Amino acid sequence: MLGTTRYETRIDRPAAQVWKLAGAAERLCEWFPGIVASPVDGTNRVITMAAGMSMPEEIICCDNTIRRFQYRITVPIFKHHRGTIDVIDLYDGTCMVVYSTEADPRTMALVIGGGTAAALDELKRQMESGMHDEKGEH
Amino acid sequence: MGRKILFITTDQQRYDTLGCNGGTLSRTPVIDGLAAEGVRFERAHPQSVVCMPSRSTMLTGQYPSTHGVWMNGVPLPTTAPSVAEVLHEAGYRTGLFGKPHFEPFLDPFGRFAENNLARNNSVGPVRGFEHFEAATHGAAGQLHYARWITTTHPEALGMFYPVLDGALEVNALGGGDTGAPQAWVNPIPREWYHTDWVADRTISWLDSLAADDDWFCWMSFPDPHHPWDPPASEVGRIDWRDVPLPEGYSADQSQREAVLDAKPRHWRAWYDGRLVSNYEAPHDWVPATLTPDQIREVNALNAVEVELIDEALGRVLAAIAARGWTDDVDVIFTTDHGELQGDFGLLFKGPYHVDALMRLPLIWRPAKSSGAQPADVSRPVGLVDLAPTFCAIAGLPVPEWMEGKPLPVNDADADARGFERVLTEWDSNLFGVDVHLRTITRDGWVCTTYQPGYSHDGTEGELYCLADDPLQQVNRWADPACAALRSDLLADLWDHQPTMVSPLPRVVAPV
Repeated sequence: MLGTTRYETRIDRPAAQVWKLAGAAERLCEWFPGIVASPVDGTNRVITMAAGMSMPEEIICCDNTIRRFQYRITVPIFKHHRGTIDVIDLYDGTCMVVYSTEADPRTMALVIGGGTAAALDELKRQMESGMHDEKGEH
Repeated sequence: MGRKILFITTDQQRYDTLGCNGGTLSRTPVIDGLAAEGVRFERAHPQSVVCMPSRSTMLTGQYPSTHGVWMNGVPLPTTAPSVAEVLHEAGYRTGLFGKPHFEPFLDPFGRFAENNLARNNSVGPVRGFEHFEAATHGAAGQLHYARWITTTHPEALGMFYPVLDGALEVNALGGGDTGAPQAWVNPIPREWYHTDWVADRTISWLDSLAADDDWFCWMSFPDPHHPWDPPASEVGRIDWRDVPLPEGYSADQSQREAVLDAKPRHWRAWYDGRLVSNYEAPHDWVPATLTPDQIREVNALNAVEVELIDEALGRVLAAIAARGWTDDVDVIFTTDHGELQGDFGLLFKGPYHVDALMRLPLIWRPAKSSGAQPADVSRPVGLVDLAPTFCAIAGLPVPEWMEGKPLPVNDADADARGFERVLTEWDSNLFGVDVHLRTITRDGWVCTTYQPGYSHDGTEGELYCLADDPLQQVNRWADPACAALRSDLLADLWDHQPTMVSPLPRVVAPV
């Protein structure tokens, strides 16, 4: 049975600036609490979680034009998984970041989704703290 | 030196499972003895009938609407108010042993303090507890008990019932003799089982304290919550074939279903397997398939677990006596919520505000040095009153952020201090299926209003007379003769209902 979650946050930074971090697959461990490593090899990424487990993922889409990143977890417990990060320009110097998870079994959507909610909080904190500002960007 | 506090909780235990409350299945001489010497509450209700909100209420002295843990899967922030913090700051030594469940168990990202303590070989401090050793219903997971089993008795890892299935749903797998869901033959030696582990860890900590320390010890047994998998060596205490069916179960199918049909529609929908509105019941189990023998076996296994708790408590009280503390210790025994346990042809729990889930065992044996007299209290009280009670025992003012009152010591005290009503809330939203209940129990009536949600349009409700209908089988919500009473109860409910915290905290895990 499929379950879905969706979390969003508005970030007081331009979409292009946020996308530089959120759209960089190998940098997920910088802003997703509980993920301690996220190396990328081609379209494959392996995340390692704080609890010690590693999970392989396949990168499905990284579209710099519409600022969409999609991936799927490929371990057998998932009959289906798709994670989607959208960075949406609000054309006022801010952006909306939406992190969606769909999973079968559905419970995994809640388990993963809870992490994505915390990740958005951390992404917003980092971006708005200025730690990723570049000269002239904000 | 002040009064010390031993706070004992179980998980998902019905009022009628104790001998002192009329139960005939389990032998509970230790708890019955506390009741005989202390205050026995006949109408103690939780403010939520699931674990995380209810336990958060015990810790904070606040309603779920206020502390914000509005359903399982919503973590209580580690910065939330805590009665343990209040007591610790006043000089009390503080410890928690057993099931906390203020934060979700399913935590692959390692985001929650409870889970991280054991992983980091730490026992605290957290939430005002200087010592915190956690357990849940088996050996899976990251808590202290699981790590203890893994390191000292790894052969026991596979003995417990698998609480969750491969899809991380609550398991519907049947076992035991009857195939009842979550019934299981567990070959684990009794001394490795979590009930005795909780008592052992409690005793070890108490033994580490100085004789003149004041202390607050929360001993939190994971049982008799399902799975019903007590050590196999103990199962022979009660032959399930001899167990009577519960009064709340009608063996006549048409009669049973007629009772359900008179209740709001999600009752019958769950029974028929058309809607499982909450995570706490197995998604793949259809209650209509529950057999009388399965109910007998579940009740027998549950009763065995209750007896083991009673005996474990007896060991702890003996350890306290050996330290010479008995006369200065307040002992409070309760649980977080009840269990349907066959009533209405149902098991487990959910958005069903009836006595099976709301009427709780609550025993308070005040320190003998306090001079309190034994009493039975019939007036309604809530778990929200526990934290203020702990403050009162310790001689501390009740903080403004607590919403309850120190428990009464008898009915006259209850009347004098306005114990007229108790409120219970339910809110859940699981993949778009949302359910919202608000309940008031007052003047011998229990009245539940359903707010608009997936199954309800906001007009539904339940109204029962506890004296005439103790099994809550005749729903008088739509009875014209009760219209004025219903209006009065609802007005009183909304007059006293706390405002829900906003924004609503996120659900970040199933449980």
